[in-house]
Amino acid sequence: MSVGVTVSGAAGPERDVLEADVLVIGGGPAGAWAAWSAARHGAQVVLVEKGYLGSSGATAPGGTNLLYVPPDPVLREAAVADRLAAGGQLNEVRWIHRVLDGVYESLALVEEWGYPFVRDAEGVPLRNHLQGPEYMRLMRRVVRRAGVRILDQCPALELLADAHGVGGARGLNRLTGRDWEVRASAVVLATGGCAFLSKGLGCNVLTGDGLLMGAEVGAELSGMEFSRAYGTSAEYGTVTRNRLLNFATLYAADGTVLPRRSRDAIARALLRGPVYAVLDRADTPDKRALLRRSHAVFFLPYDRAGIDPFRQRFPITLRFEGTVRGVGGLRLVGDDCRTTVPGLYAAGDAASRERSHGAITGGGAYNAAWAICSGRWAGAGAALYARTVGAVRDRRLKPVGRAGLRPENGAGRIDEAAVVEAVRRQTVPLQISYFRSEPVLRKALSQVDSLWPAVHGTPGRGIRERVRAREAAAMVATARWMHTASLTRRESRGMHILAEYPHQDPAQAHRLVLSGLDHITIRPEPVPQGGAA
Amino acid sequence: MIELISADRCISCGLCVKVCPTNVFDGAVGEVPRIARQSDCQTCYMCEAYCPVDALYVAPYADKSVPVDEATLQATGLLGSWRATLGWGAGRTRLAAVDTTPFLDELEREIERSA
Repeated sequence: MSVGVTVSGAAGPERDVLEADVLVIGGGPAGAWAAWSAARHGAQVVLVEKGYLGSSGATAPGGTNLLYVPPDPVLREAAVADRLAAGGQLNEVRWIHRVLDGVYESLALVEEWGYPFVRDAEGVPLRNHLQGPEYMRLMRRVVRRAGVRILDQCPALELLADAHGVGGARGLNRLTGRDWEVRASAVVLATGGCAFLSKGLGCNVLTGDGLLMGAEVGAELSGMEFSRAYGTSAEYGTVTRNRLLNFATLYAADGTVLPRRSRDAIARALLRGPVYAVLDRADTPDKRALLRRSHAVFFLPYDRAGIDPFRQRFPITLRFEGTVRGVGGLRLVGDDCRTTVPGLYAAGDAASRERSHGAITGGGAYNAAWAICSGRWAGAGAALYARTVGAVRDRRLKPVGRAGLRPENGAGRIDEAAVVEAVRRQTVPLQISYFRSEPVLRKALSQVDSLWPAVHGTPGRGIRERVRAREAAAMVATARWMHTASLTRRESRGMHILAEYPHQDPAQAHRLVLSGLDHITIRPEPVPQGGAA
Repeated sequence: MIELISADRCISCGLCVKVCPTNVFDGAVGEVPRIARQSDCQTCYMCEAYCPVDALYVAPYADKSVPVDEATLQATGLLGSWRATLGWGAGRTRLAAVDTTPFLDELEREIERSA
């Protein structure tokens, strides 16, 4: 039973303490599914979310396509073959099937719960797209109905652990300013990826917090080189939805028409000057109406800036999405999405998606499917684990966060704004993270390495300063892992393209596993099924 | 980013304070919230979607604050437009129920054929 008590610790501030079987950190799709799944498996569940379960994360403000393949053996085999080829053979057939099965079954549930999927002429529900606000508002209802206690505006700052593994987390409530502690037998990290505050739609809450918290208790990361994702948006806006640009003509600054469906062409043209688009291929009122009722959020920036996107050229840009539309994250070592640390599970974009995706995401549809499935598996795994280890009450748990949280060696005040600006300079530019090359990446890595000591000072005392200092530390750590892995994979595979090595190298058909913070180590790991390059 | 909280429309329910993913607003239930950290706004439009009385307006610019005029926003129909598009609120049809995304592929093929 989760009980609320207030303790004044001998050291540190007064905090509200709760107990639960399972703590889920993060309230995007993966966290919501994890919490629902853990509760359904009999666990008492607390979910903490930095923002609000329903609005927070990359999915809620816009929407997401979904990998939805009916259980027809021919269709399924084709989908698997497709994923294996795209994934550079770093994924596993069994995991691809698990995701295809899991998402198919889960979307039927979503409809049962009340999502109004459109049907075709034969009455078959078309479940390959979810409108984000509707989906996540529904998931909040479902999670609450399952008995989960939701703590909104409650960012987690660090995990609790003892010799037996992880046992909860601490953080603060942004509305009350009070600290909280949730003691739980198992923890699911569903904190999303890291998009380095690039203002892609909904992505500014995704600062790699869970990757840092996981690494601090010894969890490993994998696939961090597969983090070369950028999304298109209006130059001045935030809506990173790419699909409708298939209905546009794209122009470089000099008026040259750019090829459609080519992120490369847009990126290269942006290095030379502005890029413009106009949705002139939708040339009738019917076509325009159809577009408007699909990715409706796409039109907000234009309608509100007084631009008619069907007739007037508008400037577009690419916003860095880092690991969010990438692959890398905490390494999973079991079907239940466990990490190598007892009691610690990962789901959604906080987890490495390599086992299902391989070296490429292939877009939102795959990550949305992964969020659902990995959330369900992690929630169930955590619930089962909590039952086997029993209550946390008597454990001698300690908070284990360091960078951005606890000063070391008498270091001064963390200048979180300066660190954030510096780490963004070494990650966000196309010249660094899109057009990857060894000399540029080496320089960027040395710069982000040099930022690591800068996050070991004292954080400010305000709510915003405390959260931002920890986010800054997480972004620095994530940048170091990303650049380290990108330099280690001396080939091009999936979404990782390195200028000096434009081809896939059969000798590198392995994953790259990272660990450590002060000292980062990296090792190759064979793909379990032995996928050939 | 967020530019307007209409004191005339606001019913001081506190929902936007709770819903904002990046904690931009301050204010207790029972008072009109303040835009306390505008530069933290990620221009995700979620506060607008959730505001039951269309008291909020998010301008489309990610990195700059622009002046807005409530009367103009109301006259042009922009105030509350995202919630209306989503079909949230009594008597409206939800966007999800009329979502045309599944038909985009077919439309693309049609355009390719006629090109």
